[in-house]
Amino acid sequence: MLQITCPWCGPRDETEFHYGGEAHIARPSDPYALSDEQWADYLYMRKNTRGPHLEQWSHAAGCRRWFVVQRDTVSYQILGTYTLAEAPREVSHDPA
Amino acid sequence: MKKYSVFSLIRNGLSYHQNWAEAWRSPEPKAEYDAVVVGGGGHGLATAYYLAAEHGMGNIAVLEKGWIGGGNTGRNTTIVRSNYLWDEAAHLYEWSLKLWEGLSQELNYNVMFSQRGVLNLGHNLQDMRDISRRVNANRLNGIDGELIDANGVKKLVPMIELNGATRYPIHGASYQPRAGTARHDAVAWGYARGADARGVDIIQQCEVTGIRREDGKVVGVETSRGFIRTPKVGVVVAGNASVLADMAGIRLPLESHPLQALVSEPMKPILDTVVMSNAVHGYISQSDKGELVIGAGIDSYTGYGQRGSFSVIEGTIQAIVEMFPIFSRVRMLRQWGGIVDTAPDACPIISRTPVQGLYFNCGWGTGGFKATPGSGWVFAHTMARDEPHELNAPFSLERFHTGHLIDEHGAAGVAH
Repeated sequence: MLQITCPWCGPRDETEFHYGGEAHIARPSDPYALSDEQWADYLYMRKNTRGPHLEQWSHAAGCRRWFVVQRDTVSYQILGTYTLAEAPREVSHDPA
Repeated sequence: MKKYSVFSLIRNGLSYHQNWAEAWRSPEPKAEYDAVVVGGGGHGLATAYYLAAEHGMGNIAVLEKGWIGGGNTGRNTTIVRSNYLWDEAAHLYEWSLKLWEGLSQELNYNVMFSQRGVLNLGHNLQDMRDISRRVNANRLNGIDGELIDANGVKKLVPMIELNGATRYPIHGASYQPRAGTARHDAVAWGYARGADARGVDIIQQCEVTGIRREDGKVVGVETSRGFIRTPKVGVVVAGNASVLADMAGIRLPLESHPLQALVSEPMKPILDTVVMSNAVHGYISQSDKGELVIGAGIDSYTGYGQRGSFSVIEGTIQAIVEMFPIFSRVRMLRQWGGIVDTAPDACPIISRTPVQGLYFNCGWGTGGFKATPGSGWVFAHTMARDEPHELNAPFSLERFHTGHLIDEHGAAGVAH
């Protein structure tokens, strides 16, 4: 089981959290300007990264706030947790 | 290929079974093939088999980075059924089930397909309405299915708990008698042997590291054993589909999750059918070796690590023990995870791509094993003719922007 450090509550068991998928997918500001392909890209297409991945988690059984976790999807090692404001946009490929 | 028969068994018995021929060769990769299948799991090997057997393409290779059948083919709970709700999915899975029914004869290899039936339990009124709708849809599509009540479940599975203080009591089930289980390794090995006999090169320990393209067309694959030239590449790599797509600059609507399973110590025969429950998240059958084979839901997070969190197993075991208190003291022997590529509509993608000569067969998510023969059959058709068969035409990559999604979350079962 993962141990995730909520930026507000500290380290807790994974079972307190809810997974929210890839981070930083911005809703297009003008959906009507998009083609069907662009809209589908926003709705469905995912990086599905093998390696360091920026993803959203919510502390569902705690403070209920959303935050960003950087986690290696092969080793499952958590490389960092951030509030939405301070979250990096690019994944770090050298966590050391 | 030496045919397996009672006579070959006796003949080889006379030499103490020391002289059986190898079931397939391990050739060096050639510089060029007419087509290359990436991924030596059941689906990839079936694709190669049908490319050779149905479309006369013998000069092809299957590239496998590990050993054949070592990914999800060897990591699933071997359930085979076709009771899907929507016409598109029902036809695809039913065609697969029909191929299963003749597969041991077709391949001259015992895949141990056992039509022991599958029960999908309902635990409340809405479950029963959904199940009833699905059974009716199945019957309209010519797929066997029965709606049975709690007593009917008890008749088929006498040790199931109906009267205890269960939080989710069993109200009934759908029952598909033609469904069942098969031997996972045998499917991979049988297709490998059949493909090899028709000239297909099965190359293990050969990882694809790049997909070379010129003018929007595939010209070959870079591998850990050198460049291989080919005009057609079919990618059938389950959990790693997005990684291969990335090599060709394509985005896929997939997320790869760990899906765990576990088996118990072997026991005397006690469960002669398959019991699945979407509501309490667990499914169980008994293998021919006597082990209880138990499956879970996917872990919520994405992952490529072929393992998941223990809390998911804990939840699964709680569900199984609530349904079968008699199993509460059974000891578990092994536990593992596979990486399943889940699609937004719980249906596969068997499709051409924007790159000419590049085909993807992915997105099977939690339920690919049952479709192994049908998946290979339609994908071989798609690769050989450069157009989908009518069975897999609805499962194109384009459906995500045309909006023709096929929502099978209900019938896809427990896991999502």
